[in-house]
Amino acid sequence: MAIVAQTSKFSQISRPVLAWAIGFLFFFPIFWMVLTSFKTDADAVKPEYLFFFQPTLENYINMTSNYNYWRFAQNSAITAVVATLFNLAVGIPAAYAMAFNPSRSTKNILVWMLSTKMLPAAAVLYPMIFLAKGIGIFDTHALVITVVSLINLPIAIWMLFTYFKEIPREIIEAGRMDGVSTWSEIKEILVPLAWGGIASTALLIFIFCWNEAYWTVRLTTIDAATLSKLIEGNRAPEGLFFGRLSAVSTAAVGPIVVLGWFCQKQLVKGLTFGAVK
Amino acid sequence: MGRIVLDSVTKSFGEIQVIPPLNLTIEDGEFTVFVGPSGCGKSTLLRMMAGLEDLTSGKIQIDGIDVTDVAPSKRGLAMVFQSYALYPHMTVSKNIGFPLRMEGMIQAEIDKKVYAAAKSLNLLDYLDRKPVALSGGQRQRVAIGRAIVRNPKAFLFDEPLSNLDAALRVGMRLEISEMHKRMQTSMIYVTHDQVEAMTMADKIVVLQGGIIEQVGSPLELYNQPVNLFVAGFIGSPKMNFLEGDEAFKYNAHTIGIRPEHIKVVSEGGDWHGKVGVAEHLGSDTFLHIHDTGLAKIITVRAPGEVNLKYGARISLSPYEEVIHKFDAQGHRIE
Repeated sequence: MAIVAQTSKFSQISRPVLAWAIGFLFFFPIFWMVLTSFKTDADAVKPEYLFFFQPTLENYINMTSNYNYWRFAQNSAITAVVATLFNLAVGIPAAYAMAFNPSRSTKNILVWMLSTKMLPAAAVLYPMIFLAKGIGIFDTHALVITVVSLINLPIAIWMLFTYFKEIPREIIEAGRMDGVSTWSEIKEILVPLAWGGIASTALLIFIFCWNEAYWTVRLTTIDAATLSKLIEGNRAPEGLFFGRLSAVSTAAVGPIVVLGWFCQKQLVKGLTFGAVK
Repeated sequence: MGRIVLDSVTKSFGEIQVIPPLNLTIEDGEFTVFVGPSGCGKSTLLRMMAGLEDLTSGKIQIDGIDVTDVAPSKRGLAMVFQSYALYPHMTVSKNIGFPLRMEGMIQAEIDKKVYAAAKSLNLLDYLDRKPVALSGGQRQRVAIGRAIVRNPKAFLFDEPLSNLDAALRVGMRLEISEMHKRMQTSMIYVTHDQVEAMTMADKIVVLQGGIIEQVGSPLELYNQPVNLFVAGFIGSPKMNFLEGDEAFKYNAHTIGIRPEHIKVVSEGGDWHGKVGVAEHLGSDTFLHIHDTGLAKIITVRAPGEVNLKYGARISLSPYEEVIHKFDAQGHRIE
């Protein structure tokens, strides 16, 4: 007799309901934000206009014409793209070395790298600002990209290390018997075999870099300011303009939501560190 | 050419020495099998020859040249792994041609060599397939093909047949032996299966705990095992060992007698016991005899079909001229 997992009527109904409820809970703030972005600042704070209102593009027009949205978007894109490439360029060789040529201290280095993520960012904020201003790189791409790259590098290396570890050691050894150089070992064997993992890592790091706010807000004024800074800058002292703020926020998260939507599968794989096959 | 000399090589992992100082010479063209129980250091030794494992001390020479610090690919050796270790993202022809491409050979030359290797291994129909679409036996052939195209000084095989089913294993065993006879290239083959060792080897190296117990041809090991370990390891079913009074009769601490050297007699034999489990192989019957008062169980290999009831009392008569004698330290006494 075949053994069939028995699901009760109750769980058959309750599970999807629960899933939808949780999904809605997460989705609602974003939905609300998008709705609000089409309201005037006056309508935005009136509960009776929560769902039904006179939609307007005023906030978006205002944003692109008065706040130079495209410039911030361009800075965000430059920061995220360059930082992601930097993470891969450093992370792939580093993770490769630790996965396939481990030394006695490899484990310690990995743990140490992770421990840097536990350091409160605020603790090094002022030294960083003084240092940046001292050497004259405050509010430059170089500074923002360096900082955003380095704070994400431990995650990139850990993820890549985990993926590389899954590659059978014998395949790497076969390559060594077949006479591959270190470079062709990475190019011909490692990268093709870990392609999924590398893509997941790149995607996740890109999202982290794009969303980075703590440092980008504090280390820039205008020249290298990203969309996070634009959002922050819309917190006007005379009160919150919710319509305007929502439009800016929507435009800031929009690209990343679209990107995430198209790469869902790869993302789930990345976030579960290869635990889901 | 392919003469490999291991000169007092040792290997330690941290504090643990897995290979104590070891000397061994593998002559050119020889089929050498390293055999021993798992963890005896046979694979480590092979990997040290390949260059995949560093030596803690000692030297390795290939054709008179010290290769101790030479990179694996520069030693002129090719290796076939237990898990095949094919490149999953490459087709069969790419896999076989890979070492040549890494050497920088021109594509036309690579194609020619790949074709020749694939032809000799019956892989021509599969050249465009990826490894995932091949059976275990075909994958193993591709791995061998990848080794052959390099025209190595010696082939290293690390338990290459362990992942194959029994029928395929016998077939591949023959193919590898054939290949050796045809190519006359040195082959070093690691296995824990003494049947593979006996059937394929020119020379068997029996290892235990990183120490070479005995080196010799299969029949030397079978006929003159130097100690109890080799005596027990080579031969199937295992040799019977008797101690005590029976051994003293032969002026030995322990005597060993192979199952095929004991005869079942209806009466008047030297030893007596009760029939336990009988394993019928058709060509032979393995009888496990209890209650002999000599050893817990005595195994007898009787030719043909022997039908004895479970629990029946029988007599055994050993061939005295092939009894192996060992001293208290387990060394052979001539």
